[in-house]
Order: sequence, then C-alpha cells, then structure tokens
Amino acid sequence: MNPTIYACRLGLSRGWIETKNNTRTVDEWGWYVAVALVFAVVLFFQRDSTVEGTTQSLASVVLPSILGMMVAWSGILGPSGMLTVEREDGTLLRAKATPHGMVGYVVAKLVVIALATAVMLAIILAAGLIFVTELLDTPVTGWLGLLGFAALGLLATLPWGALIGSQVSNPQASFGLSMLPIATLSAISGIFYPITALAEWLQVVAQVFPMYWLGHGIRWALLPDDAAGAEIGEAWRLWEAVGVLSAWAVVGLLLAPPVLRRMARRESGSALEERRQQAMQRYGM
Amino acid sequence: MLSQLDARQPGGPSGEGDTVIDVRDLRMRYGSTDVLDGVDFTVHRGEVIALLGPNGAGKTTTVEILEGFRARSAGDVTVLGVDPLNGGEDWRARIGIVLQSWRDHVRWKVRDLLDHLGRYYAPYSAPDRQRPIQVDELMDMVGLREQASRCLGQLSGGQRRRLDVAIGVVGRPELLFLDEPTAGLDPHARRDFHDLVHRLSDLEGTTVVLTTHDLDEAEKLTDRILILAGGRIVADGSADQLARNVSSQAEVRWSVGGQHFVHATDDATEFVRDLLLTERDEVRDLEVRRASLEDTYMALVHRYETGLDQDQNPSPGAATALTNLKRAR
Repeated sequence: MNPTIYACRLGLSRGWIETKNNTRTVDEWGWYVAVALVFAVVLFFQRDSTVEGTTQSLASVVLPSILGMMVAWSGILGPSGMLTVEREDGTLLRAKATPHGMVGYVVAKLVVIALATAVMLAIILAAGLIFVTELLDTPVTGWLGLLGFAALGLLATLPWGALIGSQVSNPQASFGLSMLPIATLSAISGIFYPITALAEWLQVVAQVFPMYWLGHGIRWALLPDDAAGAEIGEAWRLWEAVGVLSAWAVVGLLLAPPVLRRMARRESGSALEERRQQAMQRYGM
Repeated sequence: MLSQLDARQPGGPSGEGDTVIDVRDLRMRYGSTDVLDGVDFTVHRGEVIALLGPNGAGKTTTVEILEGFRARSAGDVTVLGVDPLNGGEDWRARIGIVLQSWRDHVRWKVRDLLDHLGRYYAPYSAPDRQRPIQVDELMDMVGLREQASRCLGQLSGGQRRRLDVAIGVVGRPELLFLDEPTAGLDPHARRDFHDLVHRLSDLEGTTVVLTTHDLDEAEKLTDRILILAGGRIVADGSADQLARNVSSQAEVRWSVGGQHFVHATDDATEFVRDLLLTERDEVRDLEVRRASLEDTYMALVHRYETGLDQDQNPSPGAATALTNLKRAR
C-alpha cells in the first residue's frame, strides 16, 4: 500500500483513540456542559421576544447562529491550542521522529476536532431545542445543510487556527491571540442579535470574516424562508456564504502547509527542552 | 550507498557496509560562535558509543545533526548511508530516538501507544528485521507489562523513562540515539536498562549512540567513548585507552603505624614489591588505584580548558592536573 495512505489510515485510528481518551476526562465533559448551560440560559430569556420583520422568536434565530459561532470557535481554538500544547510536550517531535508520523498526526487532529465539534453542536442543539421547539419541524434537507456548513466552516477556519498555533510558542499567548479575534467577531457577527441592528461599517467588517457567513448559512438551513426578513437586504445570500467561506478555506489551505512544515523543521530535542524550561519558569515550578 | 561511502574513505579500515555514522570536518556556527569546530568520527555497525563532554560542548548539536533535526554549517555527514538532511521516511524508519524531555501522550494507555506507534514501522518490515517489535515482547523487555493499561500520565518517572526507551526501539532500529537515558532511574532500573542496551547491540546488531554525564555508565555500557570539548573531539577510544593516553601513572596508598602515605608511580607493581620488601609487616591498608574514567575525563577537559590542548602530545601537565584535581577533592 502507498505509505502516505497507510499513514492516513493510522491517523484515523489515532484520532478515534484520542477522542475516546478525551471523553474519559472530566474537564472535557465539564467544558461541554458549561457551554451548553450558558447558551441554554441565553435562549431561555430570548424565547418570548420576536425578531423584527419576521414571526420568528429571537431564540430560534439565535440558536442556529450559536451553532455557526461554535464551528468557528472549534476551527480556531482547537488547532491553535493543540499545536502549542503538543509542541511543548513533545507530541509533535514524536510524530516527526516516526516514519510518516506527521501525516498521521495531522489526520488525527482533523478527526479529533471534527468529532469534538460534532459532539459540541449536538449538545448545544439538544439543550437549545427545549426552548426552541419550532426548530423540531426542520426538514431533513435543513439538517443536511447544517452539516454542510459545519464542514465548510471547519475547512475555512482550521488552517487559520493552525497558523496561529504554529507562530506562538506559549499556550497562554496562543489562547489570547486566538480568543481576541474570535470574541470580537462573535460580538459583531449577528450571533446573539440580528446584525442589522449594528452600525453599517461594522456590518461590512463582519461580512469579510467566516463567522457571519457560518451563522447566516446555518440560519438559512434551519429557519423557514420568511425568516430572511431579519437578514441584511432581507434575503438569504447562500452563494455569497459559500463563496466567502470557500475563499477563506482555499487561502488557508494554501498558506498553512508550508508554514506548518517550517515549524515542524525547527522541532528538535533542544528546542523542546528550552520550551520546557520556559514553561517551568512560567508556572513557577 | 556503498559506493558513496567507499568514495569518501578509500581503503578506510572498515569503510565497507558497516559504517553507520561517518562525520568529516563537521562545523556549526551560531552567529559568530563556533559550537562545532571540525568534528571527525566514525561509528561502525553494532558499536555502542558514548558522547561525553561538558555542558555547551556541542554534544546536543552533534546528535541533532545526526538525527536530521538540525542543519549544519559545513562538513560531510553520512548516517546509514544517507545525508541526514535528505533522510526520507525510509531512513527515519531505521532510526530510534530517545530524548530527555518527552511529556507527551499523557492520556494514552501504555499498550495503545506502543501498538499505535509500532504500526508506522510495519511497512518497513524485512525478513531479517521484523518491524515493529510485538507490543507484549516490548513491554516485557522494558518491564512495563503490569502497566499496560495505565495512562502515561500515571507512570512514575522511571516507568516513563522505560516507556520512552520502548518507543525508541519499537521499530527495531538499526541506529538508536539515547539522550541521558538513565537520568532519574533508580539503581535497579538502571541495571535493567544496561541489560536492555546490551541485548539490543548483541542480539539485534543495533548501533547505539548515547550522551550521558554518568561516566560509570559510559564505561560499563560502551565500546568506545568520544569526548567533545570546545567543539572538537578531544579523545576517542575505550575507557582503558583513554586512561592510558592521559596518564600511565597509578596511585599507591598505604599506612605504616597509623600514618598514611600516597605515592604516584609509573610502575605500581615494582613499587609495591619494593614497598613490601622494605617495610614488611608494617604495611597496612594497601591500595593501588589506576586513573578512573572520571579522572581521565577531568584531566582531558581540564587540559582543554587551560589551553594545554594546543600541543598535540599528552603533556606531563595533564598528569599534574590530575593530581591537583585529586588533592582538591
């Protein structure tokens, strides 16, 4: 068998093992439950207000938007966090010392992030549907649309998360660096309230980035046609959504591999030891 | 591959297929500092060698260049017939690496990880070299059978070291790099580890390059010791050869009537014979001590650091330095 394909298969099983290992830890589930609870509370308070220009409850518009936001969060925070942590603890160097290990590593990370995102979306959806019962009527094509946008959204954000993770050596700095743009975009992308309420220039800025279009796409998938009344221009812009997300995906996928390869080339035992010393100083050990 | 080696060292002592590492005039410069300043050495198949030297002498740099993890400034390096900079995945599959600072995969179970990492080597299996080593066999080799379903994060420091060694050899490497392999191991685990290295080199024909600060370990474990100081190899030979090169002197200690004496001599046997003949029954606590590897190492490094390395012949200064060091202790 072609060794690269063989390594891809090893990566799949590696991703599955890591996912199982992660679900055995308390902090993983704690994080899922905390996030689901926070959003459930938000939706609970929004359940009775109606969105201007539509007959939709605010909660029913916000739930799909939150799903879109969480895809972007996973896509950015997932790889940036993993890369900085696993560069520091030696996982990456181990992969590099193994024949075709880097291929397996990258495939495994994609599996882990995709599965974690799926679990996260399922939990938020389960908690959200309690307060947004009208979404239970969504046809199968709508749920397929959600899956499609979630997948495209990961493609559009993962490479950028990896780029952030490859440039920053310290996990805290990496978290800050990815959290800052993510939080800003969450605030201006019409996630918790329709974007049309914002100043026009902010709307323009938001539409450059994937998060707005992820929310828009998933609203398109899950909400009835007339919910478009709350969107910019009072219409669904499906092709723009696919176009912007694809553009981010293509540019990211072109940029990430050479940058990641350069990062991996710099890995060595002494680099690892140096970072370990720095980490020990940081944590005051 | 062979022709390349032959071209490099025509008629070399054993420049045929059994040269595993060949380093010629290796140089490494960071900014304006020469970390490696013309390093030459050769390692043959099945040899176990130790790279010794003070901190900052360039050991790590040398090893990382050999591992293909670092680009050199100048010189020729061949590892398993290939320049490490161009070493592909096939080449990688023939090499095992054990570093000091692994803390990875803490959520994995011992058996899962060994099994998973072993699978990467399966495509490189050959009739005379089955890859990977079976997980159960491997866990027995390093004594981790009882920890098979433990998470890595729960292993003790010594168990973690043994697991790192197991991962390093899972692909049945032809060449194994060990960085401070027994740091943090208790004496029993250290003994087990030494047995493992002997087994690898004797039964599997594995060539082993280890860096260590433990001179006793270097002496016990290795066929040959290379001492790196100031970016050069300042000594290359077995522990015995090194000791003879630095000093032919032995130290004789004895006591007569409660008074202790020390004498350094080139011919300890002759001296002791005379001593026993003249002093007869009075001599107590007789002890003849040859230069240990530690003495040799200290003398060589001291010689380098005081600049006496300039003249090539082992100078009497080294012996003096040796004696001074002993007195100081």
